[in-house]
Amino acid sequence: MSSPEKYVKNSVREMPPSGIRKYFDLINEMEDVISLGIGEPDFITPWQIREAGIYALEKGRTHYSANAGIRELRDEISEYLKRKYDIAYDAADEIIVTVGASEGIDLALKAILEPGDEVVVPEPSFVAYKGCVNVSGGIPVSLELKEENLFKIDPAELEAAITEKTKAVIIPFPNNPTGSVMTGEELEEVVKVLKNKDVVIISDEIYSELTYGFEFRSLATFPEIKEKLIVVNGFSKSHAMTGWRIGFVCGNKEIIKHMFKIHQYTLMCAPTPAQYAGIEALRNCDAEVERMIKEYDRRRKFILNGIRDLGLKCFEPQGAFYIFPNITSTGLSSDEFCEGLLKSERVLMVPGTAFGDCGEGYVRATYASSLENIKEALVRTERFIKGLQEK
Amino acid sequence: MKEILDILEKNAKLTVAEVAVLTGLDEKDVSTAIAEYEQDSVILGYKAIINWDKTDTDLITAIIEVKLVPQRDKGFDSIAERIYKYPQVKACWLMSGSYDLSVMIEGKHIKEVAMFVSEKLAVIDGVFSTATHFVLKKYKDGNIIFEGIEKDDREAIVL
Ligand SMILES: Cc1ncc(COP(=O)(O)O)c(C=O)c1O
Repeated sequence: MSSPEKYVKNSVREMPPSGIRKYFDLINEMEDVISLGIGEPDFITPWQIREAGIYALEKGRTHYSANAGIRELRDEISEYLKRKYDIAYDAADEIIVTVGASEGIDLALKAILEPGDEVVVPEPSFVAYKGCVNVSGGIPVSLELKEENLFKIDPAELEAAITEKTKAVIIPFPNNPTGSVMTGEELEEVVKVLKNKDVVIISDEIYSELTYGFEFRSLATFPEIKEKLIVVNGFSKSHAMTGWRIGFVCGNKEIIKHMFKIHQYTLMCAPTPAQYAGIEALRNCDAEVERMIKEYDRRRKFILNGIRDLGLKCFEPQGAFYIFPNITSTGLSSDEFCEGLLKSERVLMVPGTAFGDCGEGYVRATYASSLENIKEALVRTERFIKGLQEK
Repeated sequence: MKEILDILEKNAKLTVAEVAVLTGLDEKDVSTAIAEYEQDSVILGYKAIINWDKTDTDLITAIIEVKLVPQRDKGFDSIAERIYKYPQVKACWLMSGSYDLSVMIEGKHIKEVAMFVSEKLAVIDGVFSTATHFVLKKYKDGNIIFEGIEKDDREAIVL
């Protein structure tokens, strides 16, 4: 290999390009596309949070902050976690304010993985897990989440997936892309497996606010695993703050202090104005969050009903803002379904395979989109499926 | 059932079937509930919110601060009633503070509103004084922002 590409390290060179590249290209040439392919809130950040960000800029808060994040924000995070989930993390040495939950995931893996260490990654799930494991020199080991188990972790299968090479397990609930959430009792069974294993647990709780019909339970409520648990969370989904690039990670101080060093050398700190906005978000915005959750829940019911009316089998999502219908009855693969739907009806959904091979047979649609969009997308999708049947 | 009100307040055009799906309730229960709300005057009506500035219709809005002389036995209510019964009066509120009634009036032009105030409103027994403020521009009304609505400009795919 003589191209300058040779300088790029193997693990990165071998990373497959995202499976959805072609959809970007297709969409660029189309108009009037309704996208249910966007993994972020359609709501704009609530005004009072934006106001706080603007005020921070006016006041000249444009410098680096403390590396771990403004102390006031860390105090607020600590208080918020206590109030919402009854979990205790010390603002002094158990919380780092990160550049999105994304950095939290990356930091955790960078801090714990030796080359060749295995990480159990339940799939289908958020694409970054595998990518970050690879970049950190680890080996992702897929644990398939099955529709017949409502896309939850089966404790026996988890037990079997953990070997002496396993360094960490990722627990991704509420889940992107399935919308599955594990209840407290179900987590208890998972914890029974994990507490006897010498592995780190990374719980991605970024969608913790977005559950419908039941209380979210954080893994940090289980004292028997808390020592080896790293919790990733943030503001992106709950407070509609994806573009601010702010989040946080919590864990035992003996682990956090090492993650802190990496954060300090690679990022210095999360954006300072965003941190001030974050203080307002946690301090005064419960009502706004509540309003958005209510709206998502209505759309969730609407889209679930609509998709089932199309004759598709569909698991009822209970968290995040995704729905993951089973499209095998159409006779198409996920990719064929999404490409066909986009080309013929200009509706964009994401093939389940973008979230792992076991996503074949499913597509992800998000209901973080206006009710009018969802309605119109359902009408178009119905036309698409009818067209298939006539062929 | 209050959720039905919340939903309809934002979009009264939704069908009963759609409201049923959004709330997870039975279609029949939704239509019964709506009928009851209408009967009990909880739901007072359904209407479109129109930005008349975008049409070629002349329309001017004024807010009038009215000071009253309270009347024995009747308080403010009967004077208010004599005022709000005029169809030109679009809203009428009893206020705390330095004046008593806030009266919103719509007319075709300034003169029409001025005439109404001087010939109809100011002369009512018990009206002590009026101060008329014309609306120059509506930014937000009925919880709806009229201009500069923020568009959904997100990237088409985010995983
Ligand atoms: C499961 C999951 N974790 C983490 C993230 C990243 O969040 P942030 O924007 O805070 O980095 C996402 C974003 O899509 C996600 O879906």
